Amino acid sequence: MTIQFNDETFRDDYSFHNSDWAIKRFPFPFHEDSYMYAVNMEQHRGGPEGSVYEKRFDVDEHYVAEMRDRAMVLADDPLRCQSLPHMTLAGWDLLELIMVSKSEDYPDLFELHRDGDTWRWVNKPMGIDDTFTFLDDTTLPYGPMEYITRQTQGDFCVLDQRDNNLWMDAGMVTTQADWSLDFDIGMNFFEWHAPVPLAHEKGIFVRALKFLLNIQQGAPARRLNWTMTVNPLLDTSPENYHKWGIQKTTLTPENIGAKQHLRVELQTFFRLPRSNALVFPIRCYLCSFQDLMTMPKWGRRLHRVVRDLPVELATYKGFIDNRPMMLDYLSQFDDGLPTSPGVWPDFETEPPLAK
Amino acid sequence: MSKFEFPPSIKSRPVYGTLKARPGKGHLMIADAEGAEAILGIATPDLMAKTHIIYIPRGAGFTDQLRALNPAQFYEGPTYAASVQRIRRVLQDAHMGLQVYLTGTEGLMGQAQNEAMQAGIPHTAIQTEHRGSVARRMQCVHCKGITEDVETDPFVCSHCGLNLFVRDHYSRRLAAYQGVCIDAEDPGNVPAPKGIYE
Repeated sequence: MTIQFNDETFRDDYSFHNSDWAIKRFPFPFHEDSYMYAVNMEQHRGGPEGSVYEKRFDVDEHYVAEMRDRAMVLADDPLRCQSLPHMTLAGWDLLELIMVSKSEDYPDLFELHRDGDTWRWVNKPMGIDDTFTFLDDTTLPYGPMEYITRQTQGDFCVLDQRDNNLWMDAGMVTTQADWSLDFDIGMNFFEWHAPVPLAHEKGIFVRALKFLLNIQQGAPARRLNWTMTVNPLLDTSPENYHKWGIQKTTLTPENIGAKQHLRVELQTFFRLPRSNALVFPIRCYLCSFQDLMTMPKWGRRLHRVVRDLPVELATYKGFIDNRPMMLDYLSQFDDGLPTSPGVWPDFETEPPLAK
Repeated sequence: MSKFEFPPSIKSRPVYGTLKARPGKGHLMIADAEGAEAILGIATPDLMAKTHIIYIPRGAGFTDQLRALNPAQFYEGPTYAASVQRIRRVLQDAHMGLQVYLTGTEGLMGQAQNEAMQAGIPHTAIQTEHRGSVARRMQCVHCKGITEDVETDPFVCSHCGLNLFVRDHYSRRLAAYQGVCIDAEDPGNVPAPKGIYE
């Protein structure tokens, strides 16, 4: 299908919105009626047609608006994109991976023409047509990682692998769930995850690292993570927390359905061929509570998950104060009926709300 | 003087050890204030004959005792900032196998460790021993300004004036802990400051 790109904003008047198509394909993260941390990895080799899992780098109706928002964030704070000196080759690896994937997966939107080291990249939605020399930094307007990630939805962490660990040595991070690349750059896997509660004790990070260190070329993996955001704000950075934190207090029983968003990260992991680095794209999807409630199964389940989440997790994810109001709202959409297993909305087979 | 036992914390928080003399033909010891006592504890005439000591007293009176160890080179700096050019020069001229010893406050050790890392020495190869003040070097995540010697939580950013809480999350590259606005969701609701380890 041809994608109609939304003209919308993720700040100020928050005109962001999901079409019916985007709601149906929203990556709802809960496969059962409760949630606890898990490594929850699976292969990233396609998925159901039209789903966010189908392509290597999903492009959706928010693409152009998200790239506009990223450019604004970078103009305000260029340190959201950093690459330590030894990571330039990994940046080229990433540029190649994205250009090849997008031109193959979306031939109507992106074209890559390669003649030896002379490459021509055409990005139709953004109106870009550039010719450059592969592996020659001087032929691009930005470094290779910054160039391509200014044109690709999602945050990108480029991880160096050495000493049996992964090191956050480069990244483009403008749509983050409250963590700072500028602070964390140079840290190893355990250090940048240090503030996460409960998961260290459960051995989650030891197991996850073991898995990630062994990811091979051509065999990418994926998992979901989630949090809550008031207003469809992409840039929930610690740098700007003193500005956006107050928005959490603007929820009322009347506006919560429209203002409160479930924020889901589709995290993928690709081994890069020349540098042996690992790229870790973190793609953010937002959906308002009221749009989620159009799927009866998701309404029932989200109520149960939010209600039963341990206090530590609700605190870490930043919605402990708003949880009672969220539950008042969500309980209207939970009639106690059982839900089908798995994340899909099953809107053709699940019973309508019976209350 | 007894050493402060830091409570267990998260994995990005530095852990300090106890200095031990290691074999090597060159030794660089950087200390501030009570860190001098850790050097005095391991000093031997053989070791000192190959040692360059850089010491920032910060009001502590150990200079004469350190000089009396008769190190190969000795420098007393008025501040860390005044000493850093010399530290860089020593690291630049260093030969393979230089042993680095850092002792004193967290801010001193963190900044000197960062210099050594930039000179190519892995942080795991650098010895550290905490002595003296438990105050922290803090970075405001909002304005990026550094406030030195923070003793209370919360504290006021010395640059942008926001009320910040003291996290244990630590960046070796910045040699600083992270300070985050404490009253962003409830402006003006700032708890009374207390000691970081109280």
